[in-house]
Amino acid sequence: MAKIKVTTDAAVKVGDIPLGFTAQPGSTRNFKTGDWRSARPALDREKCIYCGFCYIYCPDGVYKDMGPEEKYYQPDLDFCKGCGVCAAECPKKCIQMVVEEV
Amino acid sequence: MSACIGSSAAGARTFTATSSQGLLLMAEMTFIAPALRLPIVMAVANRAISAPINIWNDHSDVMTIRDCGWIQIFVENGQEATDMSIIAFRIAEDKNVMLPVILNLDGFTLSHFIEPIIFPEQEKVRRYLPAYETTHKLDIAKPISMGLLGAPEVYTEARKATDDALVASKSRIVKAFDEFADIFGRKYNLVETYRAEDAETIIVLMGSIAETAMTAVDEMRDAGQKVGLARLRLWRPFPIEELRAAVKGAKRLAIVDRHISLGFPEGPVATEIRALLFHDQDRPRISNFILGLGGRDVPRDHFKYIVERAEELGDAGRQGHYEMVGVLE
Repeated sequence: MAKIKVTTDAAVKVGDIPLGFTAQPGSTRNFKTGDWRSARPALDREKCIYCGFCYIYCPDGVYKDMGPEEKYYQPDLDFCKGCGVCAAECPKKCIQMVVEEV
Repeated sequence: MSACIGSSAAGARTFTATSSQGLLLMAEMTFIAPALRLPIVMAVANRAISAPINIWNDHSDVMTIRDCGWIQIFVENGQEATDMSIIAFRIAEDKNVMLPVILNLDGFTLSHFIEPIIFPEQEKVRRYLPAYETTHKLDIAKPISMGLLGAPEVYTEARKATDDALVASKSRIVKAFDEFADIFGRKYNLVETYRAEDAETIIVLMGSIAETAMTAVDEMRDAGQKVGLARLRLWRPFPIEELRAAVKGAKRLAIVDRHISLGFPEGPVATEIRALLFHDQDRPRISNFILGLGGRDVPRDHFKYIVERAEELGDAGRQGHYEMVGVLE
């Protein structure tokens, strides 16, 4: 046996891979892709007119409608990949992409 | 192939057939079916690939997807093509296998020729091949997701699981061949040999040219030459032990490829066998011959020639590069 112990970030054993690599529906919710992000959207609520462009344009559907009382949309940062489409499409330019500090 | 994957994922027994450019067009999807463990059967009438445009027989189409993860069988004649089209489903749908199968039959030589065969009786086929029941399928009542993302934390394990399944299928392929023999009386092996027992030189090849090669072996045997033939019927998973047993004791192997790995001095069949035998103490001298490309006729004298060339190398000679037989230079 080799003395060197190999480092690995493996999460599942070969023998535990399900036949055909299938999964239960909705399992993607458990897979938090937000950590791929290098910048996150920051909303200036003073300028926001609650138009819903960010909600509609977001390719990952991470924006949540906070309702007619709050009058804004909030991104779920567990899944926002920081693409910046919301900031680019916002007609009031009230979304700024802020670089994530590690 | 996308439609076939959908059909099989929905739980249906699925068959398709293709060739040459059509296979390359679906190459992307062929790698997905084994990982999803979908037991599709695909007949590939092996033909050359462009350029230049050519619709005739060689093995260059399927060799481009050599590593796709399907079980791959090469047949010799019309009878075997017929029998294997039934056996392929039996292998693929085995609950211990659940992998797709490529049935390679030489384009034109087998796909467009008329020859007498014994047609398998319906009652025996029903007995041999029960109705298909899947192990996992897309079902509205019990939904599952297929075709998932495999991030770096799991991709390696998923690929290993597919390779393990492919390698493990070999014993089930043998079982399917044996049970076919019990019912239909025709016995198939993973590697077929012909007059190879005491042969000093063994021709190794795949596909329909084996029939011509056997005639050539008979003629060489009549002339006192110790020559035999080994034909790989199973290409994936590679029948390692069976190939080793088939060529045991031979001094020389003349390995035939019907495909060029452009830029490499050997074809894939020769490269793989050389690699497998490399660490063996008494490994034979291996020489590689590329012939029968794009429908070029392969007569008996090709086999006599390659045996002579392999013997000319002697006990110490090295070929070093494939030799293309019958090429006009």
